[in-house]
Amino acid sequence: MNKNILLCGVGGQGIVLTSKLTASCAMAKGLDVMSAETIGMAQKGGSVFSFLRLGEGIHSPMFGQKQADILIAFEPAEAVRMLPYLKDGGCAVVNMHPIKPVTASLKGSDYNGDEMIKYIAENVFETYFVDGDAMCRELGSPRVLNMVMLGQALRTGYLPFTVDDAVEAMKKTVKPQFAKLNEVALRYSAG
Amino acid sequence: MHKEFLMGNAAIARGAIAAGLRVICGYPGTPSTEVLETTAKNNDGSIYVEWSVNEKAAMELGAGAAYCGARTMVTMKQVGLNVASDPLMSLEYIGVKGGMVIMVADDPGPISSQTEQDTRHFAAFSKLPCFDPSSVQEAYDMIQEAFEYSEKYGTPVFFRPTTRVCHGYASIEVKDKEDFAVCQPEGFVRDPSKWVIFPRLSYNAHMHIEKRNAELSDVFSGYSRNIVTPAQNKDCRKGIASHGISYTYVQEALEGKDAPAVFKVSTPFPFPEMAAVKFLTGLDEVLCIEELDPVIERELTYVCGKYHLPVRIYGKLTGHVKTAGENTCDSVAANIADFMGWEKPETAEPENVPELPVRPPVLCAGCPHRASFYAVKMAMKGKKSVFCGDIGCYTLGNAMPLDMVDTCLCMGAGVNITQGIGKIEPDTNCFAFVGDSTFFASAITGAVNAVYNQADMTLVILDNSTTAMTGHQPHPGTGMTMMGQVVDKVNIEAVLRGIGLKTVETVNPLELDKAIDTVKRVSAEKGVKAIIFKSPCAVLIKPEKPVTIDPDKCIQCRKCINSLGCPGIIIEDGKVAIDHALCTGCKLCTQVCPVNAIGGECNE
Repeated sequence: MNKNILLCGVGGQGIVLTSKLTASCAMAKGLDVMSAETIGMAQKGGSVFSFLRLGEGIHSPMFGQKQADILIAFEPAEAVRMLPYLKDGGCAVVNMHPIKPVTASLKGSDYNGDEMIKYIAENVFETYFVDGDAMCRELGSPRVLNMVMLGQALRTGYLPFTVDDAVEAMKKTVKPQFAKLNEVALRYSAG
Repeated sequence: MHKEFLMGNAAIARGAIAAGLRVICGYPGTPSTEVLETTAKNNDGSIYVEWSVNEKAAMELGAGAAYCGARTMVTMKQVGLNVASDPLMSLEYIGVKGGMVIMVADDPGPISSQTEQDTRHFAAFSKLPCFDPSSVQEAYDMIQEAFEYSEKYGTPVFFRPTTRVCHGYASIEVKDKEDFAVCQPEGFVRDPSKWVIFPRLSYNAHMHIEKRNAELSDVFSGYSRNIVTPAQNKDCRKGIASHGISYTYVQEALEGKDAPAVFKVSTPFPFPEMAAVKFLTGLDEVLCIEELDPVIERELTYVCGKYHLPVRIYGKLTGHVKTAGENTCDSVAANIADFMGWEKPETAEPENVPELPVRPPVLCAGCPHRASFYAVKMAMKGKKSVFCGDIGCYTLGNAMPLDMVDTCLCMGAGVNITQGIGKIEPDTNCFAFVGDSTFFASAITGAVNAVYNQADMTLVILDNSTTAMTGHQPHPGTGMTMMGQVVDKVNIEAVLRGIGLKTVETVNPLELDKAIDTVKRVSAEKGVKAIIFKSPCAVLIKPEKPVTIDPDKCIQCRKCINSLGCPGIIIEDGKVAIDHALCTGCKLCTQVCPVNAIGGECNE
């Protein structure tokens, strides 16, 4: 069962770690994994994406447009940017909290994500909007956004593993002192 | 064997370790950096790991170790190879005893480089064999073979991945430790007729190299990674030639289709000529899908002429594939559909998409470079000046509103570009900005040149005590090495004084008034003088408490935003606000605010 997963957002949101986690969950299930992502300049507030491919007979770590089964977007405008890669009938999990680029303050622009959310709602077959900010507040840390997003993606049923698999993989990936908080966030979000 | 999920660069490092690597050295550069870093992390103590001062130093160190019989790898990005080309061109004539792999990462796009140069050309120019992996697994396997070929033929070899292989990840089969090769270097055996380059030796070496490369072309025609796959339908008289990551895009595009013949070229030099003849024979048309330059396309065109093969070769030279930038799964699928006469693959054509915010890379919140640029900008307000930049995070000083980079060319170039501008426009205040790592890598010679030739300029060293752009590698000024030693720091001020600069002042750029005064005073002097703006990279230090804005004092003039462009200062509900997650409390904005509305604890 092959899956194409696309994660996107803004540098610093924990997208790369989420991608690694998803990869190790898949590997634990015996699936082959390939991925490709932006590295480097992205840490400075740039757009970040990670292509992730699970399954057999995959050649390239990237895939073309209209090939993602699921889009996990940590930011609404970044979701729209990467929408061309989502399959017709694919599923999008989108954090509604916008991140303003520094250029927005300079130009006095009032980008607030609303237009993006409206566009996604009108153009994507199956969308799950996430109030990532509120969930992080409830959990007591802005640093668990990646766990919240992964948990929400697990709810959709599009990922070929369970929240227990994800917790297992997370414990092997993050520093021990963060494992407890991350587990709480994952389980809370995955429901 | 067991499976691991590895980045391409990590796979290259792990493959080299499995091949008995003893020495690795290089200079950081995206997308090559993680090869050396992964080696350092996996070093059991048997490998000497070094971040060299620049690529030339690394190449020479690598040569010395390989003369002794050690398996050696030198790592760099493609533009770094330009710096290392002097020793390399001669080294090919001398040859090596231990396997020596020169790992040069190319960057189609370019994604994070100045040029789209193609190291496959450099291989032909320098006459070194070249290996071009197309996947993470292949990179792991091929680097081990590269060491074997290098040692067998006594020549350094290129290993040339591109960004998507370097930074791609895959679950791959890796060797267990008991299967690793072991390299026991014989040591340096004195033989001036072998190790000392002279015209006579070079003539003989050149004869030998050409003969060997002709032989290698045949050997590579039988190399298992140069693959000719016949067409699925034997009546099909079309073929596709490709390499590297593009080959995997070709595979994706041909999945489930009536595929034409395919030629995968893993050794672009020496070109596997007989394999090419086998591929071309019986075909009418061939499409070459390559990134960077049309290397395979030219070779196949040449082979067709040489062997009188009536095959039309298409690619970049014939306008069938775009000549610059990266290939993608979509672009390759479209190229192949055109060539095969297939229906174009469906692409997304989104309509009425709202305008997306652009997210250009910017200097981080709290970055001391912002303060340095702003100080010079303020000091030079209203004066005719030129600001020559250099390679590093501080190239981002070009962005609005700072707008403080007038030129940027290559590592260390700013110093002498400034000198050149000053010679033509002597009434200009000339500034060259260079980071600490770049200063050590290639600006010291420039400074000597400027002093000796009586330049009139201010050299501004942006010393943040790290190589920030490539992910914080240590350098001579940091007092740390990749072997974990704490060593004496090379002192930039002492270096500059040693060169002969009379005025060298060190100042913290975040003390804004003092910094501006220093620039005014120092730049007014004659000759070459230097200011060292010393303040650590904001990413490496524990941030101070974020500043706060006093809503009663703030007049919404937005001077903080419009003069600094710090990502930590945002507009919230139409008002200036501080993003507490980003603000590091550097207090530069506090000093810029005309009404003292921004402060830290002092404001509370």
